[in-house]
Order: sequence, then C-alpha cells, then structure tokens
Amino acid sequence: MSGGERVDGFAAAQSESRREAVRLGSKAGHEKRTEVLWRDYEDPDGLRRLAGAIKQHTLDHLDVYMAQAEERLRAHGVIVHFAADAAQARAIVLDILQRRAALRVVKAKSMATEEIELGPFLEGKGIECLETDLGEFIVQIDADHPSHIVKPIIHKNRREIARSFEAHDLGAYDDTPEVITRRARVFLRRKYLEADVGITGANFISAESGRLVLVTNEGNSRFCLAATRCHVALVGIEKIVPRDRDLGVFLNLLARSATGQSLSVYTELISGPRAATQPDGPDEMHVIFLDNGRSDVLAGDCREILRCIRCGACLNVCPVYRQASGHAYRGVYSGPMGAVLTPLLAREEGQGHGGSGGDEGRGSGGAGGAGAGGPGGAGGAGGAGAFLAFADLPRASSLCGACNEVCPVDIPIPDMLLRLRDRGKRAGAAGTVVPPSTMAGFARLASRPWVWRRALATGRLLGLVPAPLRPRALRVWGTNHTLPPWRGGAFRKWMAARKLAGAPPGLSAPATRTKEKP
Amino acid sequence: MSGAGRHIQLMATCLADAFFDDVARATVQVLEHLGCEVEFPIDQTCCGQPAFNSGDWPAARDIGRHCLRVFAGDDAVVVPSGSCARMVSHGALLLFEGEKDLSGVAALAGRTWELGDFIVRGLGVARWPGRLAARLAFHRSCHSRGTEYGQSALALLRSIAGAEVVELGEPEQCCGFGGTFSVGFPHISRAMGDLKIAHVLETAPDVLVSADSSCLMHMAGLAEKQGRALRTLHLAQVLRDALQGQGADAAGATGPGGGEVRA
Repeated sequence: MSGGERVDGFAAAQSESRREAVRLGSKAGHEKRTEVLWRDYEDPDGLRRLAGAIKQHTLDHLDVYMAQAEERLRAHGVIVHFAADAAQARAIVLDILQRRAALRVVKAKSMATEEIELGPFLEGKGIECLETDLGEFIVQIDADHPSHIVKPIIHKNRREIARSFEAHDLGAYDDTPEVITRRARVFLRRKYLEADVGITGANFISAESGRLVLVTNEGNSRFCLAATRCHVALVGIEKIVPRDRDLGVFLNLLARSATGQSLSVYTELISGPRAATQPDGPDEMHVIFLDNGRSDVLAGDCREILRCIRCGACLNVCPVYRQASGHAYRGVYSGPMGAVLTPLLAREEGQGHGGSGGDEGRGSGGAGGAGAGGPGGAGGAGGAGAFLAFADLPRASSLCGACNEVCPVDIPIPDMLLRLRDRGKRAGAAGTVVPPSTMAGFARLASRPWVWRRALATGRLLGLVPAPLRPRALRVWGTNHTLPPWRGGAFRKWMAARKLAGAPPGLSAPATRTKEKP
Repeated sequence: MSGAGRHIQLMATCLADAFFDDVARATVQVLEHLGCEVEFPIDQTCCGQPAFNSGDWPAARDIGRHCLRVFAGDDAVVVPSGSCARMVSHGALLLFEGEKDLSGVAALAGRTWELGDFIVRGLGVARWPGRLAARLAFHRSCHSRGTEYGQSALALLRSIAGAEVVELGEPEQCCGFGGTFSVGFPHISRAMGDLKIAHVLETAPDVLVSADSSCLMHMAGLAEKQGRALRTLHLAQVLRDALQGQGADAAGATGPGGGEVRA
C-alpha cells in the first residue's frame, strides 16, 4: 500500500517474522530497562538529567577536556591521533597496521568503526578484520548490517543464525543458543591467538586520568587485547567525560539503559600500553579521536545529540523503530538517535557516513528497496546534498517523545527532529508527504479568521489538511480510517446563541477544592 | 485558587472547531462549573502545529503570530488538548527562537494550560464531584510526557465516584496519529494504532478516554473502519457527564472522538 515515505515503505515491505523479531526484542529491552532503573533508583529521571548535564558541560568545554585527555593519554605512553573524517581515520589505522606488517586484526564492537566502515576497508587491503562480538560476528559472516546499535542481530532469529553457521563451516545445523555460542567461541579463541592487532572503540575516556573505558558482556574486548601486541582505539570526540568519578553515573545508566543490567559483565579501564611491571598486554597503544562531522554538529543547534552514549534505549522504546527495524534508517545509527545523527553526520561521497555503499546501502536485509521515490534532491553541493539524502529520517516520527523520556542523558530528540525538518524544508528536501506550497496555503487560511470561519461553515477545511494535499491525504486517511462527521462551526454557533440568550453557567454540585495553592 | 470569577480564554482547537464541537462545549461547561468566566476569541484558528511539524516554520510562525494577536492579554488560556497546549507552551518557543516576538510567545506559553492540568494545578481541584458509573480506559497522550501535568487528567478521572480507571498495556507507546505522520507513514501509523486498540480492547472498557481528540479520532477511525466497536470520550466530556451524574450508557458519544451532537 502506501506511497508513503521511504521508511514507511520499508516497514510495509518487511517480512512478518523480521518485524516480530525486532518488535519483541526491543519491547523486552525497554521493559527490562524500566524495571531495573525504577527498582534500583528512587529518581531515575533525576539521574538522567544529571548525566545529561555532565555530558553537556563536557561538550560545552570540549576544547579544555580534549586537551586534558590528550595530555594524560600521552603521559601514559599512548600515541594520540586526530582524524578529521572517515578517510583520515581509515588511513591512520592502515598506516599503523602496515608499519607492523599486521595481516590479522581482531575487533571489538564499536559504532565508530562501523561509521567509517573500517572492516570492509581493511578487508579490501588484504587485512583480515574479524568481528569478535557475537552479534557483530554473525552480521559479518552474513555480509549483513547491524540493525540495532547494541543488539546488532535483533532482526534475526536463531534458526537463521544456525543456517549461517552451517553455511560457513561452523558445524552442522543446530539452533540451540548454547551450541551456537560455543561454536563461535571455539572459532574466535583461535583467532585471538593469531591476531597481530586488536581494534576497539571506547565507551568513555576520562579527561582527568586518561583512562579509556570499555564495556562488554562477552569479554571479547579483553580477549582482543590479550594476545595482540598493539591496541588501536577509535573514539568519537564526544566520548570524553571530565572525571573518573563521573563514570559512576554513566556506567550505572549505560548498563541499565542498554540491557537492563546493573552493570555490564566486563568493564575495563585501560590506562595505556603495558607497563614494564605488567606481564602482558599490548606494548603499543593508539587512540584515534574521530571528528567526522562532530565539530559541525557541536557548532549547530542539535549539539545535544553528542551527549549520546549509544545505549539503544531510544531505539527500544520507539514505536517507529519497532515497526520499521534499524535497516529502514539506511545508516549505522538507527531509531530516534539515528534519525538525528545520520543526516547530521552525512558527508559527501565515500567519506564517513553511508560510505562507498552510497545511500541505498543499508537495505540489504531481504526487505527490498523501500517505498516510494528516493530522496531526490538530485546531486546538491557540499554537505547539503548528503544531508538531503537523509532528510526524510527526521520525518519518520510521530514526535511522541518516548525517546527523550528514556534517554539516559536526556537528549531532547523530538526538538531536534523538528529542527531538522525545518532545515530539510529550507534546503528543499524532496519526497515530503506535504508539498512545499501546502503549509503556506494552510498558514494563509489559519491567519485569516474570516476565511477560516467561512471554511468551517462550508466544510472546506476537511480533515484539517490544507487543500492542495487534500485528495491524497484524505485518500490515505480514508484507507485506514473512518472519518468523523463534519461539524464545522457548530461550537461557534452554540457559543453565539448562549451569549445572546445570556445562558446561566454551571451544571450541578460544586467541585471540591484543595486548600493548598499551586 | 478558586475558579470563581476567573476570566479565561478558551482555545477550542481546530479539531473541535471542525469535528468535535461537543468537546469544546463540555470544556466550557466544566470551566463554568468551576466558576470561570470563559471567553472564546472568535478569531482563533489553529495553533500552527501542522505546519510546525511538517517543517514549514515560516508558515507556522505566521499562524503563531496570529495566535499571539488572538490570545492577547494576561488571562490563562485553556486548551482541551495536550498536543495543542504543548505546541503553544513548548513548540512555539523553538519556533520563535531568535525571532523578535519571542518574548510575547514566551508570555503566552507561560499562561497556556491543558484543561486537566488547569483544573488540578491551576485551580487546585483535587477531587472531581459528580458520578460516572463506567469503566474508563485511559490513553496517556504523548504530549504530557516529562511534564508535571502528565498525571493531572489521570488524577481527576480516578477521583470521580463510580468511575473505574484502567490504564492500558504499553502505556508509553504512541497511538500513531502524529498529525501528518499518519498520512506520510500510513503503514506504521496504522500498526501503532492497531496495537493501541488491542490494548484498549483487552481492558474491556465502557469507554476510551484521552485528553486529546486527535488520538481518539485516530483510534476510533481505525477501529470503526475495521468494524470494531470503540467508544471514545474526551476528558472534558467525562468531567461534564460526571457532573450530570450519568452512567456509562448515557455517557457521551457513540461516534469517533465523542463527536455526537449534544444539546
């Protein structure tokens, strides 16, 4: 059906089993999060606001904290790099690997590496880059894309996974979760021992101590660093927090928001490469701070999105995400945070977001090519063209605000979706369901009371939708809904008649009032 | 603070203007019952939310400025809709950021109330009098999220003698209306609405109640199209009907959103 927006077309074309997998997985995640947060804290909302304030403070003074973090990291013997964009970040990684003649990399889960499409890039250079997070590993062997920032395979069921394992010589078909896990483990253990370099992201970096914080549930990031001699961490510049003690706020919120755990199973605090007194660990450690559009975001009116700690709570609660799945968002980031971040980080050709795969890239997972006409906006220069390619994402929301309500750093996501809609409209985004002239017409109607009253009386205001849109909007509305009867002007007549008659107000018993005043 | 002699301006909303006249009438009756003097500025149109949400901010500002002119003065502006109230009290602040009329917009934002919230926090009414023997399924509108007034409507409904208020499963989930969202994303919007309706029917209520006619219009419209019975009433209608001491059978409307004509 539809002829609606792209995300809607994608949702409609999706298989029922996939939709159910995503819907039930995210619903369970949300319920667990809510239960645990309210069980453990008297005022989770207060904690969310505190975390948001700390993160916002850090962003407002990022120059100071970045310099401090860099200084501490270097003091610990970490080699610090800055990458302006994805291409630079990839080049830095490649250079590190080539200097060490490294051919095998084991990688922990990291959205920043997804963002710069590091894995495919390294594979293209003849370097094996193996995902060690179980979900990411499955995505990798399937040549699929993550559909959730915390649970990459939320869209798959265990039967699909068992079939993939079978197809990749990881054992005869068996969809017992324990068997699947054990097989992955056996396979990965060998790879950890063979690898030259371990690549990770970071959940946080403390500016005060220069400690890099990694959180996992599988312990795979520790294994990535157990046998390798070199650790490369790719870290978005927004990952900095001021002090070690701030981690008490963030680790508690992150685990509960992401997976409903009190604490993730493994929390590593890494202070640098192996010291002389330490028996093992990488001898060399690199931290690559990734900008890739973040400075521009910081300078704009959606900067609060950089508070994001990638917990996925907004995906889990989002009714649109639940129906559409992460792949509908055509990027690394999905759901409400993705609808904000993807257009903001979008860069032209090959750089950063969307990468070489182009803007059609992400739809691979069987649901086929999303609905009606692409984003259009043909070509376009500079960042505007890249932005326009994703300008439909901020519209993929009923603006219900559930994302803001669950966000552990209190990001006002709906406000940003609105700002991006305005920006998209001004940039001439195509494919909007409401044609550009429509709301101007509506505004003319709604700012001329005599025309408005006439329209009410004559029923021309049908369905609240402005005239140029009316046929389509009503058609769409009428497909799913019965319209209420038109009662235009009836209330006004009643008011006017009462006024003439001097009708006495009131009905019956007086309301009881409390003593205290608001 | 008592409502006695309090002069308020009613923002009836364009939906009530066009479809749900009884919601606006009930709002007047409820406010007058509390002793308020209700003025209905006849030049009012719409709060501008359709244009604002569509991303056409210049158009939305035109409508917003019209609102400023219509609702001039210092009186409280009361709106029988969480959505429109939130547009005036929050959305407009975004919309007029950096504009020279921001201070006027902020002033209007500061004196605009959703109906239930005005009654509970504005007038200090803790218990609603009258009686309504009915099982009410309460749909929490999205625009009350994160605000103190989220609980106002619920508290009022719960205080009505004879009324049994049941909350819906997955209360944090939106009904899927979202204005133009339901047109641009008809598939997702409908799926969201169907889920909501299933939760409503689970509770086997006499009537579905919300502080927003838009949500009710969406859900009732979907249900009716599918041949499922879903009786809806706006908060204002429930409060008014309670004052009249009606039972569920007499209470309110049969049409979508409680749009039935009522003398």
